[in-house]
Amino acid sequence: MNPEQLRFAKTHEWVSVDGDVATVGISDFAVKLLTDIVFLALPAIGKKFSPGQSMGEIESVKAVSDVYAPVSGEILEVNEQLPDNLGLLSDSPFEKAWVAKIRMSNPEQLNQLMSYSDYQKHCENDGH
Amino acid sequence: MKDVTQLTTGPLVRKTPLNLWHHTHNGRMVDFAGWDMPVQYSSIVDEHSAIRNAVGLFDISHMGRLQFRGDLSAEFLNGILTNDTSKFRVGDVRYSLVCGKDGGILDDVLVYRLPDRWELVVNASNREKLIDWFSNSAGFAAIEFTDATLHTGMIAVQGPRALELLGRVASLPLEEMQYYTTADVTLLDSPALVSRTGYTGEDGFEIIVSAHETERIWQKIMEEGSPLGVIAAGLGCRDTLRLEAAMPLYGHELNETIDPLTAGLGFAVKFNKPEYTGKAALEQIRSAGLRMARVGLLLGGRRIAREDSPVLVEGEPVGKVSSGTFSPTLQKVIAMAYIPHQFAAEGTKVEINIRGAMVSAEVTGLPFYKRKS
Repeated sequence: MNPEQLRFAKTHEWVSVDGDVATVGISDFAVKLLTDIVFLALPAIGKKFSPGQSMGEIESVKAVSDVYAPVSGEILEVNEQLPDNLGLLSDSPFEKAWVAKIRMSNPEQLNQLMSYSDYQKHCENDGH
Repeated sequence: MKDVTQLTTGPLVRKTPLNLWHHTHNGRMVDFAGWDMPVQYSSIVDEHSAIRNAVGLFDISHMGRLQFRGDLSAEFLNGILTNDTSKFRVGDVRYSLVCGKDGGILDDVLVYRLPDRWELVVNASNREKLIDWFSNSAGFAAIEFTDATLHTGMIAVQGPRALELLGRVASLPLEEMQYYTTADVTLLDSPALVSRTGYTGEDGFEIIVSAHETERIWQKIMEEGSPLGVIAAGLGCRDTLRLEAAMPLYGHELNETIDPLTAGLGFAVKFNKPEYTGKAALEQIRSAGLRMARVGLLLGGRRIAREDSPVLVEGEPVGKVSSGTFSPTLQKVIAMAYIPHQFAAEGTKVEINIRGAMVSAEVTGLPFYKRKS
């Protein structure tokens, strides 16, 4: 997946949209910052989240971080392969390392998310 | 996700003589005890493995370096330290605690006895507190005290190839230097205080040199070490390495509410020596019997138990985790914790509450990792 086609949250989640289904993952920038990722907790299927609510946890040697829901909706599907293949987070952050699919209840929230180029600027300002 | 962008430094942090080197070599910098320090350059796990298998360099210039001169230095220090300075020979390095009157730990330190002086290497976070403590202790006026921290630098060379590496840069009889000894030497044409010490569980050396020579010496060791696989290592792997070796860290295993006997550091507390601060309290703690113990825990799963995670036995909270991490050597999650003595036997099953998730764990012997030989 070309990151140019994705939308990004300030909290480093990416979203790709297909109809009313949002696929959510974690940006390459965040994965690089975390390094040494050892654990990922997926959300439960059927659970509902609003933007900014924690839907999962990602644990690196250094610290644990929340994975936040970028949009409102219900978890349709999760990437069961990912917790046992955490290397995918760095090898294929925008494709094979997707975390969850959410049936959006309010797709207008996508407008609150950033384009890839805005997200990169956000990282430059925030990350250094 | 949050936290990932918070690894920036405030405006008033101190810089070691290697600060520019870290910034120009991809060091990911954090504020550590008021110092701008590298937490990692590449990956914590890769740096950890390099130290376990080859050799690496740490900038530990943030550690406090305090010097004591004058005939009464040994006596002065013996009134403050839990270890017995009267037993130290010239060239010895010994671990000791500095305790308050109630036996609580003010700091854990390395004590160097040299021909013309004593030196203490202390935690960065406690340096100013200790200087205050010393200057208010009996006998301070009779000794000559110098805080050498800001005009010196300190480099740790750690790993199974540390001896080979330093042998390439210095014509010193390093192989004859016993573990936990020290000497004033000339290293790359500069006066240096070298000790065979470290905080990683590996063989290694720590080198104190003047601040303006620190970067030159660091660079030279890096160059000479390149065929041996030397790397620069940050504070991130320093923590995972010391945790595998079960070495306590001030602010985690140690603080002013914990006494050294409970912390399992009785080897550095001497009772057959003259009066020192905290001695009476420690004698009382010893005769009353210890309630809590510092133990090692091996966890199931991959969630890391961080500091303050509750430890439970049969559903009841009995203690707390002091440090936890993923052990790159064991490929398991490990932790140290304080729990009551009756649960401290190896093999005891406990649970840890990690942010609401109950994770099973087992008490295990310390250290988690011990080097061969």
